[in-house]
Amino acid sequence: MNKTLLVAQREFLTRVQKKTFLLSTIGLPLLIFSLYAGIIYFSVKSTDHFKVAVIDKAHLFNGSIDDKKTTELIFNFVNDDTASVQKQLDNHTYDAYLYVPAGFSISSPSDSLQLRSGKAIGLLTRETIQKRISGALEEKRLLSMNISKQQLDSARAEKDYIRFSNAAGKTNNDSKVGISYAVGMISGFLIYIILFLYGTMVMRGVMEEKVNRIAEVIVSSVRPFQLMMGKILGIGSVGLVQFVIWILLVFGLQLILPMIFPDLATQIHAQPVQPGGMGAAQAMKDSGAMDGLMSGLSDINFPLIIGCFIFYFMGGYFLYSSLFAAVGSAVNEDPQDAQSLLLPIMMPVIFALVIMTKAVNDPNSSLAVFGSLFPFTSPIVMMARIAHGIPDGVTLIQLLVSIALLVAGFLCTTWLAGKIYRTGILMYGKKVTWKEMWKWAFRKN
Amino acid sequence: MIKFEFNHLSTMQNILELTNLRKYYATQKAVDDISFSIEKGSIFGLLGPNGAGKTTLLRMITGIFYPDSGHIQFDGRTFNPIEDVLKIGYMPEERGLYKKMKIGDQVMYLAQLKGLSRQDALKQIKFWFKRLEMESWWTKKVEDLSKGMSQKLQFVTTVLHEPQLIILDEPFSGLDPLNANLIKDEIYGLAQRGSTVIFSTHRMEQVEEICDHIVLMNLGKKILDGTVGDVKQQFKENKFSIKLQELPAHTSSPAFNVIDQQANAFTVKINEGHKSNDVLQFFLQQQCTIEAFHEILPSLNDIFIHLVEGSKAKTRQFNDSMAQ
Repeated sequence: MNKTLLVAQREFLTRVQKKTFLLSTIGLPLLIFSLYAGIIYFSVKSTDHFKVAVIDKAHLFNGSIDDKKTTELIFNFVNDDTASVQKQLDNHTYDAYLYVPAGFSISSPSDSLQLRSGKAIGLLTRETIQKRISGALEEKRLLSMNISKQQLDSARAEKDYIRFSNAAGKTNNDSKVGISYAVGMISGFLIYIILFLYGTMVMRGVMEEKVNRIAEVIVSSVRPFQLMMGKILGIGSVGLVQFVIWILLVFGLQLILPMIFPDLATQIHAQPVQPGGMGAAQAMKDSGAMDGLMSGLSDINFPLIIGCFIFYFMGGYFLYSSLFAAVGSAVNEDPQDAQSLLLPIMMPVIFALVIMTKAVNDPNSSLAVFGSLFPFTSPIVMMARIAHGIPDGVTLIQLLVSIALLVAGFLCTTWLAGKIYRTGILMYGKKVTWKEMWKWAFRKN
Repeated sequence: MIKFEFNHLSTMQNILELTNLRKYYATQKAVDDISFSIEKGSIFGLLGPNGAGKTTLLRMITGIFYPDSGHIQFDGRTFNPIEDVLKIGYMPEERGLYKKMKIGDQVMYLAQLKGLSRQDALKQIKFWFKRLEMESWWTKKVEDLSKGMSQKLQFVTTVLHEPQLIILDEPFSGLDPLNANLIKDEIYGLAQRGSTVIFSTHRMEQVEEICDHIVLMNLGKKILDGTVGDVKQQFKENKFSIKLQELPAHTSSPAFNVIDQQANAFTVKINEGHKSNDVLQFFLQQQCTIEAFHEILPSLNDIFIHLVEGSKAKTRQFNDSMAQ
């Protein structure tokens, strides 16, 4: 068998056969899933609601704030005076009360309404209360200005008159943009994690060989470059297998989820406010319907994204893991030394993550274009752009140039890292600096 | 430099021929113009103090390093680092094994890296494990072995693929006398079966015992090359030991000087222009009965210290004009 493959096989098998592999591959997603399921379960089943007593002395609201029916925020109109409501506040019948004084006039908004609460109100609830009461007041005020309800509704619908579309005339609805944002963010972040996770795994593997003093035994049968490549390939395959298992688990669990909570979908539908900052949730809230989400999902070019994800995952992994291997080879027994040597490698990765968070919002900014072409940042940044599709997020030319540059980049880093590695793994007892590694990389033989 | 031109055998009988091999590092000449050849089937000693350049030289022979200049001929052909390493077994001084890997898997892996098929490797592993009583180790891990045991295992992994050339760098370090003898016997056995053994060490008593031919290196240069017997002859100081039954009347002779006396036993140094027979004649003339008479040859240790001390004054640092 080819020696590189033989090395890769050993690297793969020794890792896959470990108990920790099984634990991290199957245990971790299960843990995340159960956490996720737990959160959904509690947020769906939660009986937590915020009850506000409304003392409407001015008869402003006519017994109801608006026609929204929610379980989270309930307005109860009461005829009691403030003192008795205050008591109910103390014995937790209500969480807060809104007092509309008798003299409150909708046409003189200088007066502001008072909401008293028994305990501190969270930012989210505060926002919801404010939004609903302000909305109701706004409507009342407009109606008082001789605007009919019909006129009001038609004016409100006006924002939907704007349709966003691309040059080709294809509609970009809000939910598609939101989903692109989420897909770009998640895939960029995943690649970032992969680079670190498997890069450090490669580095630790190289350090292990050096510390165990087996490196010289091995390189007397295998070229150092074959050993390095074998290690990178072997650990890369572990990563790939791990990811395939994770993806299968995620899909599998997604199928199981509705069986555990059969009424989940309808309940999600009924949820007016989804806490959480993810764009998709935001988009869902704004569009207010699952249909938007579904049509958004169908607009996303998933085969392209998955194909690019695999390519940039592998390209980024090859580019960085060889550098991690070079660092591992230069480090002696003290893992502390690795920290300072790793800094120049981590910088572009972290830089890429920062560009990526900008690029998901603005995939065609010059920073995003640069980040998606430069091979040290492209694996992370390009995922943010590609999620918006071709040609909206990235032009085909840019994508091809980025792919070519990444291939050239990883060939270059593997070649240089191979030279550093060859010297490094047989060098003991000396603290190595980047300057020295640079010399190893560029000297002949 | 002393050179014994005894080894002018045809190329086919040499497993290895090094010609003007050089390897310079940024600050020093690790190997500086070294040439020698090693006869097939011999046990060859590569000697030298720490930092003499032995490891660098061995790394070039095993294809780990490329020489800056010079030529390596392996088994009659120019050395090919990719193919020929399969015919070499190298046990470096800095050696080790994967601590967490099962011994059976590990030995199998190393054998396959040396080009053996699974079946051949399995056959060889069984043979060696049985021979060195290691059969119960198969599922153990290296971290469970003592230092001596892992040393034995390391030796097995080095010779498993029946290499033509076996290079052992300090093979006995960490071994108790019992295991050292076991390995020594195996080295003899391998040489008898046709393998050539290069033995790198600074333990001179082992070299005297095992090696046919030695090269002594210091500061990157070869300072001695020859068979153990020839080298000793070259460095002999014409010292003889003579044991008599009774004390002679006197010991002053133009032929020799007594340099040591223990009761009836004398150590004499024969003067220039005289022979050992002159010593015998002198004592016979005095009617002494000679119980024993033999030449005292210097130990390799003495020669080593003498030569290395002698070259200490030299330095192999680059001077300004040579710095790259």
